[in-house]
Amino acid sequence: MKVGLFIPCYIDQFYPQVAVATLQLLEKLGVDVDYPLQQTCCGQPMANSGFSHYTQGCDSLFVKNFTGYDYIVAPSGSCVLHIKDHLHDDKNQAAADQIRSRIYELCEFLTDVLQVKELQASFPHKVGFHVSCHGQRGLHLSQMSELNAEDFSKPGFLLSLVKDIELVQLNRKDECCGFGGTFCVSEEAVSVKMGKDRVQDHLEHGADYITGGDVSCLMHMEGILKRQKSGVKVLHIAEILNGQL
Amino acid sequence: MSSRESILKQVKANKPAAAPLPATLAFPPLPAADVLEKYVRIAEAVGTVVMQVESLSAIGAYLKKHYETPERVLNTVKGVGFGQELSGPIEDGHTLANLEMAVVQGTLAVAENGAVWVSEEHLPIRVLPFITEHLMLVVSEQDVVNNMHEAYARLDVSVPGFGAFISGPSRTADIEQSLVIGAHGPKRAHVFIVK
Amino acid sequence: MSSSTYIAPTDHAKAADKFMEDEERVNWHDKALWFIREKRDVASKQLPEWELLRETASQIKQNVLANLDTYLEQFEQNAKQNGITVHWAADAAEHNRIVLDIINKHGIQKLVKSKSMLTEECHLNDYLADNGIDVVDTDLGERVVQLAQEPPSHIVLPCIHKRKEEVGELFHKHLGTEKGASDPAYLTEAARQHLREKFLTSDLAITGVNFAIAETGGFVVCTNEGNADMGAHLAKVHIACMGIEKIIPKAENLSVFLRLLARSATGQPITTYSSHFHRPRPDQEMHIVLVDNGRSIQLGRKDFYNSLKCIRCGACINTCPVYRRSGGHSYHYAISGPIGAILAPNMDMKKNADLPFASTLCGSCTNVCPVKIDIHNQLYQWRQIIAKEGYVPATKAQGMKVMANVMANPTLFRVAGKSGRFMMRLAPGLASIKAVNPWAKQRDMPEAPKESFRDWYIKNKKKS
Repeated sequence: MKVGLFIPCYIDQFYPQVAVATLQLLEKLGVDVDYPLQQTCCGQPMANSGFSHYTQGCDSLFVKNFTGYDYIVAPSGSCVLHIKDHLHDDKNQAAADQIRSRIYELCEFLTDVLQVKELQASFPHKVGFHVSCHGQRGLHLSQMSELNAEDFSKPGFLLSLVKDIELVQLNRKDECCGFGGTFCVSEEAVSVKMGKDRVQDHLEHGADYITGGDVSCLMHMEGILKRQKSGVKVLHIAEILNGQL
Repeated sequence: MSSRESILKQVKANKPAAAPLPATLAFPPLPAADVLEKYVRIAEAVGTVVMQVESLSAIGAYLKKHYETPERVLNTVKGVGFGQELSGPIEDGHTLANLEMAVVQGTLAVAENGAVWVSEEHLPIRVLPFITEHLMLVVSEQDVVNNMHEAYARLDVSVPGFGAFISGPSRTADIEQSLVIGAHGPKRAHVFIVK
Repeated sequence: MSSSTYIAPTDHAKAADKFMEDEERVNWHDKALWFIREKRDVASKQLPEWELLRETASQIKQNVLANLDTYLEQFEQNAKQNGITVHWAADAAEHNRIVLDIINKHGIQKLVKSKSMLTEECHLNDYLADNGIDVVDTDLGERVVQLAQEPPSHIVLPCIHKRKEEVGELFHKHLGTEKGASDPAYLTEAARQHLREKFLTSDLAITGVNFAIAETGGFVVCTNEGNADMGAHLAKVHIACMGIEKIIPKAENLSVFLRLLARSATGQPITTYSSHFHRPRPDQEMHIVLVDNGRSIQLGRKDFYNSLKCIRCGACINTCPVYRRSGGHSYHYAISGPIGAILAPNMDMKKNADLPFASTLCGSCTNVCPVKIDIHNQLYQWRQIIAKEGYVPATKAQGMKVMANVMANPTLFRVAGKSGRFMMRLAPGLASIKAVNPWAKQRDMPEAPKESFRDWYIKNKKKS
């Protein structure tokens, strides 16, 4: 099984440790991982701003970089969802479609493809899990609170394999944090307020760490925590599951 | 072209592809005792006082015991024996402006939401169940159904010129989401389930 | 009353900024609406068949839209047979004219009106006021905003943005309640007495329509307060105004919609009153105005037509994390929140170009929608159209172009990355920073690490 590792642009630039943890975790689980060096971005920042007609170049590059892998895995529900829903290449739509059907967010790759049942990781801390909207409502990584349907959580299952971790319950278990791509700057006031409220829910329940599957949400909440001079830290779920902290 | 024609023309040109009307939903019936228990529970939750009585005259006895001034009570259900009994129509609803209580026959009651179907056929005037301060609805025990699917299967809502599902007293929560009973319609509602 | 002096905002983000100035109010507003969302969750989870009901409702509406012309004709024919006069209005102006003509024909000076989002959309109140007609909104929340000379901020809870003290002040000024009194029960009783007098002295009542039944030629109006019934049953003339998409095929379809409507809206199992009008009283005139006002255009937009399935429950508004923190007026359209943001661009794309961007695309709206409108996908699709049509700021479009070029070119991407924090620099809105960087106003920037992942990978992992 050959896996192409997709590291979203902001992780590459700001949170390389998340990419390292993802890579190490996959390799520990016996996966042959390749990181295409010419990768950049999934195109979502443009498309969600209404400029999907500017993303052809970005899309073609993505297809070029990730054609030929059995699976493509990324530590970001949002970027994966964007590729799944929108990757398009006029010159090579078949390859684009194949990528769309083979791309996985890290947690679902672990639970659904690798069918991980145990992990060598321990994290003796109180942790709040932030459910990112695109991973949940887009990729169905966990059940949505709005629906009358059976509860489940793929990242929740994985965290349950981590020794000594204590997950805190939240008042609003899947409310958006307000990052929202360019929304975070174009609607700064609402974005920050949503982030403050989300962070507060974790703080009120005694979380020492906030984790999640999307660095974009975590970066937003980290920005707020740091501004508040809070000691609470954010970690991507890959860092906890990798067990090297 | 008239607006009617231009609207219909544009709708026809723009409408999406044919799609079938889904089959009517139906769910397995509940035992009668469960339906009744559910009705009482849910009607009470929406603010209705539910009384299960043996006969129509038991309603009259109950009302006599609890309400002292039958003068401003209009009773449209024969056999209840309380207030001014009325069988014919009322010409002008405005005369009911200060009505304290109305006793009205309901056609059926719905367990899942506490509602009672009130048809114009049983009303001397449409405004009666809305303008009265206190609404007393009378429903026969065999006319309590489980859900809205059963209700619509039994009713032909187009027969009366007017009919309404009424569930509890009128209410509003428009001011700071705090629930206040008694908006423009009745401030209190009883449903008598008659054996 | 003169027509409203209210000045609507024109930009969601700016209006949201303003609403945010009073953070205490935002917290309260958010909690009040979240409370309703929670009640909706509880109510929906009591029905094991909930998701089946949603799917069925969506399919019924799909059938309606696919046959809308024939259902409208069938409805018209049956309504006429029932003795109801049916009018057709191509747009808001024609709707308003039709209503005024009926009013004038009867020489009426004042009327009562129950909630109708269609009449809000058509700005009927202002039009009638300008023509010397005294319109009294009788829904409590609508009366409050009418006295405040504001539009409703929510389709189900028109004055959800107002604190009880503010309502108390308005009522003190207009209804003579005690100064400083703010108890909701006291204020509601005052409104009851004030409006009862209006019901008893008005010869004409306007109501909205929740559902109109093609097969029977009747229509259904749902309220909790009983104001539609008090108005319609006491008036000599009843005018019901509806958008053409409010048609349903058969009466039995109501079982599905009435099970969903109130549970989605407020968590109640049903509204207190679900009134079925089929014929006028012998001493009464009954009119229905069927209004297009852009709906037949929306019907032809393949990505957006299913927004016409909306039954106006407001669930998407209550759950929207943006709405709860920006307030309904920030949407500057008769229908606020996510559903308004996908309806408004159809009416005026330029004026409402900001609304589809007033969302994080979190998707909660789509999940609570009782007729399964894919609201968040439509927000995304409107963004594409609005950007293509050139209705986004030029600086943003320029920034996007630069970003797209960088992202399509690995070398440029690495150069940009090396210069540090490229994302933040490229992000539109930041490109034209004035004094402040909007990210950093209330958030710290992430620290740029020593090396990118790519650099680390080449150093540590690259085999060849």
